[in-house]
Amino acid sequence: MTLLPHLAALQVVIPLLAAPICIMLRRPGLAWGFATLVSLTDFVISLGLLWQVQTDGPFSYAIGNWAAPWGIEYRVDALAAYMLVIISAMGAAVMLFARRSIEAEIEHARIYLFYTCYLLCLTGLLGMVITGDAFNLFVFLEISALSSYAMIALGRGRRALTAAYHYLILGTVGATFYVIGVGLVYSLTGTLNMADLSRLLPQAAGYRTLEVALAFITVGVALKLALFPLHKWLPDAYSYAPSVVSAFLASTATKVALYVLIRLFFTVFGASYLTEGIPVAEVLLVTAIAAMFSGSAVAIWQADLKRSLAYSSVAQIGYMVLGVALISAAGMAAGLLHLFNHALMKACLFLALGAVFYRLKSVNIRDMEGIARQMPLTMGAFVVGGLSLIGVPLTAGFISKWYLMLASFQDGRWWLAVLIVLSSLLAVVYVWRVVEAAYLRPRPHGAPAVREAPMSLLAPLWGLALANIWFGLDTSYSYGAAQWAAEALFRAGGLL
Amino acid sequence: MDNLLQIIIDHYNYWIVIILMMIGFYVVIARGNLVKKLVGLNIFQTSVFLLYISVGNVMGGTAPILVSEAAEARPDAQVLYTNPLTSVLILTAIVVGVATTSLGLALVVRIKESYGTMEEDEIIDMDQAEDKAERDRLRGPTPEEIAEGHPS
Amino acid sequence: MNPLLWMLVTPLIGGVGILLANRQPNAREGVTILTAAALIWQVWGLAPEVLAGGRPEASFFEIVPGIELAFRVEPLGMLFALVASGLWIIASAYSIGYMRGNHEKHQTRFYLFFAVSIAATIGVAFSANLFTLFVFYEALTLATYPLVTHAGSAKARQGGRTYLGILIATSIGLLLTAIIWTWWATGTTEFTPGGILGQEIVGPEVGLLLFLFMFGIGKAALMPIHRWLPAAMVAPTPVSALLHAVAVVKAGVFSVIKVIVYVFGWENLAATPSAEWLLYVAGGTIVVASLIAMRQDNLKRRLAYSTVSQLSYVTMAAAILAPLSLVGAALHIAAHALGKITLFFAAGAIHTAAHKDYVSQLDGIGRRMPWTMGAFAVGALSMIGVPPTAGFISKWYMLLGAYDVQAWFAVGVITLSTLLNAAYFLPIVYAAFFKPEKPVHADGHAHTHHNHDYSNHGEAPWPSVVALTLTAAGTVALFFFAEMPLDLARQMIEATP
Repeated sequence: MTLLPHLAALQVVIPLLAAPICIMLRRPGLAWGFATLVSLTDFVISLGLLWQVQTDGPFSYAIGNWAAPWGIEYRVDALAAYMLVIISAMGAAVMLFARRSIEAEIEHARIYLFYTCYLLCLTGLLGMVITGDAFNLFVFLEISALSSYAMIALGRGRRALTAAYHYLILGTVGATFYVIGVGLVYSLTGTLNMADLSRLLPQAAGYRTLEVALAFITVGVALKLALFPLHKWLPDAYSYAPSVVSAFLASTATKVALYVLIRLFFTVFGASYLTEGIPVAEVLLVTAIAAMFSGSAVAIWQADLKRSLAYSSVAQIGYMVLGVALISAAGMAAGLLHLFNHALMKACLFLALGAVFYRLKSVNIRDMEGIARQMPLTMGAFVVGGLSLIGVPLTAGFISKWYLMLASFQDGRWWLAVLIVLSSLLAVVYVWRVVEAAYLRPRPHGAPAVREAPMSLLAPLWGLALANIWFGLDTSYSYGAAQWAAEALFRAGGLL
Repeated sequence: MDNLLQIIIDHYNYWIVIILMMIGFYVVIARGNLVKKLVGLNIFQTSVFLLYISVGNVMGGTAPILVSEAAEARPDAQVLYTNPLTSVLILTAIVVGVATTSLGLALVVRIKESYGTMEEDEIIDMDQAEDKAERDRLRGPTPEEIAEGHPS
Repeated sequence: MNPLLWMLVTPLIGGVGILLANRQPNAREGVTILTAAALIWQVWGLAPEVLAGGRPEASFFEIVPGIELAFRVEPLGMLFALVASGLWIIASAYSIGYMRGNHEKHQTRFYLFFAVSIAATIGVAFSANLFTLFVFYEALTLATYPLVTHAGSAKARQGGRTYLGILIATSIGLLLTAIIWTWWATGTTEFTPGGILGQEIVGPEVGLLLFLFMFGIGKAALMPIHRWLPAAMVAPTPVSALLHAVAVVKAGVFSVIKVIVYVFGWENLAATPSAEWLLYVAGGTIVVASLIAMRQDNLKRRLAYSTVSQLSYVTMAAAILAPLSLVGAALHIAAHALGKITLFFAAGAIHTAAHKDYVSQLDGIGRRMPWTMGAFAVGALSMIGVPPTAGFISKWYMLLGAYDVQAWFAVGVITLSTLLNAAYFLPIVYAAFFKPEKPVHADGHAHTHHNHDYSNHGEAPWPSVVALTLTAAGTVALFFFAEMPLDLARQMIEATP
């Protein structure tokens, strides 16, 4: 028996089964090693799936051999394969970093529980991407959400608890909104299979019910996506969660929510419904622009740098949604590219802060004054990630901005390009104030001397930093894959 | 008028769903007590369960289980089943709901342990006081304090 | 490896060497000088090939289809690289005297970023397309930031913030938009003789694109985005000298000429009425900056505003859009670089030896520091445009070009500003040599450092004096031996089809 035909199922099943095993392992080191191994395996599997899609085209996998639309179907197309690679790659990168950082930030007795939650969260995120069933998506959504609430609650201090609680309330409301929308769609069509839905929904185009369903689904997913103004949960959650969790969630969770939005909009509802019916694209565009500016503007004033990065995430989500809301293959490719690049830069930045926290026990900008002389490598990686966030040429961030602006030009909306540029200037401010504090100010009076972070933290950190540079130079993989995924999506929707 | 009334009565299940949904949503938003918020969330979710199940119901239908092989075998047997899928889905959703509630309650227990309260207003006040203390710490001692020889 | 790549990498290798020699100042400075010498040898070795019509090329990454990191040496870039590399070694020698004389801290960081800045400058000079230009333009901004904020004081941070803020805001906000627009419309960003716009962007849009480019290139310090230049004067003087008289600002005006000649095509631009505004903005900057310079008592600030004014000479000369004035613009890059670096060197030497920073303190200083003030006088004459200094030749060509196309506005501006230049430079020279020395600490500006008494000072440390004498000599030499730069500048114009 060869496992090759079952790669799609293995992608999700391996971390799912690994989670209970992880509970049994108990010992922190063992749990870490196991979780890392699983993450790396998943990464390899996702590459295998990508390769399969690239050679043979998109394919389906019937879970338990129950044929769709009765059984649950896993569907791997270009976009899904692209997302799977990003998520599992980020998971693996973060896991390589995790051991020392988690030991420093989470109680010893709870560490194995963290790795269990992480594996469940990974399961949920990968499942959301790979499934071809709208209700199954909800189940995976809740798996990832519940485990991420728990992971956030493991963070420093009691504020993590309230942050997790608020995220739980808002996340559940969002998920329930999504279920309502799916229920309404089901009542119209009698199916939950996405391929079936996309075939049947055009016949229901005139119904008010469909519009209501679209509205519920959009709002529900936007809550998970933390799209402005539904982002309230995100800053607290990211700033009080353990550094590793912030890095992992920032680089994957919101991205998957965006994927869900894209999948439902373009595969299920169909792009033509978005442009002809209620003005979803316009609404998204406006909120995206509002996010770009408000997120960055608020980020400037945060003394807690994790919080600053969290607000920056709100802004960056705006860029991605902007690309999607252009409803063009070029815009979609730019949005997806930024999705990947942003995962790289945010993971790099959050992990850099994780390394700082490891030594300094604080990521407050005042405590970090003059830190660059004591932790030059860590702060060097932070600067690389920051430059990428700004969009300085030769970094990945520049390529995203370039294509986003290009897509705006192609759409005839040059003013959008101007807005993109203006908002990235805000990024200059919130990145540079950190550089100024860390490099130019003296250490605060009486501050303890700290050493450079250990090698086990620096190596994955610099791996990500160099990835930021590499994907700023060689875009054949990143943009190539994004463009390929976007075009496949539009071609499948009959728009290209 | 009769017509409108008829529409309302015909769709009574939806009205119940909407009313429950609004009650639940209101409680989530308006209540400051963290447990009550969770209860509201539960009501909100329950309304959605009802929505699914009532959509799947077929008038006069029976539960979607095999009655007996003998009854099945008769060619004139027209057993009307309700849609089983929605019930199955909601079974899953209920499990998810229970998991959410239990996690939420566990968080509330921990919050109560560390804050000593589960009223949101009080928690916010305590957080703000903490923020202020942090700001004061980072500002460092004022020149007067240093002059007096009381570095903080 | 490609020789062009070697030129980029040489300063970076030097930078690594500087880092390794962190603890041994002599070895560190030795590495700096050696690297500078190696760079000169490479760059000047390239000149004969370019003069003979060769255009060495190299390309590396294709970042986006049609956009690659590519280099091509054309006459104007060659001229710029010659100036930058030639002055780097002199500035390095000067720095050694200055940094040691003033007991500056973090000297390793200083030499490291100095080297990185030169690498970025060479990258700007040799870039083959707008994208590569942009990359190195930004790299130059970032690499010079640690130099500007070298002192680390609140004032330095503030200056650095203004410096970085304006340069990054304009380059990302306007220049990048212009580049993307150009690429989107024409499908290329390659520098091509005669321009690349063709029929893709015409009419008023050309004026708008020119606006984006000219204000996007913030380093050219066109008013009102000149503020970063005076702000950057918080840097140690060798930085001000090399970067804010040579590398950074010249990268700005170099880009201006490059864009006008190779992106717009000066002949196309001359036929576009919507592009005329540049002449007036540049002319206005020349006069207004000169007027501001007259009112500055801080010597470095006066030099900074003089630089703003002189940079706009280049921009205006390019905006006259006559072949001869473009030659003048290219020459002025070299002429102003030599003259202004001399002036800055002199200002730094005065600071090191006498701890004086203000014009009003300089009475009679020429008798204590004859070499320094002599060089200062030569630099000042070149700023004014008096023969036999290099400034005369470039102004001469600008005027010839302006006469050719009857740009009387430009002629008027050049005449007026010559008078203004004389008015704010000659009094310094006069006071230094002919006024009696004021009693020590008679005014509020006097500074005492390390409880030293600097009243009985002589010249600055000898490396500094040698450096400023050399650049002053160069200013005169360029007047007599202007053939090579003239040849290069003419080739730039003749290449236009």
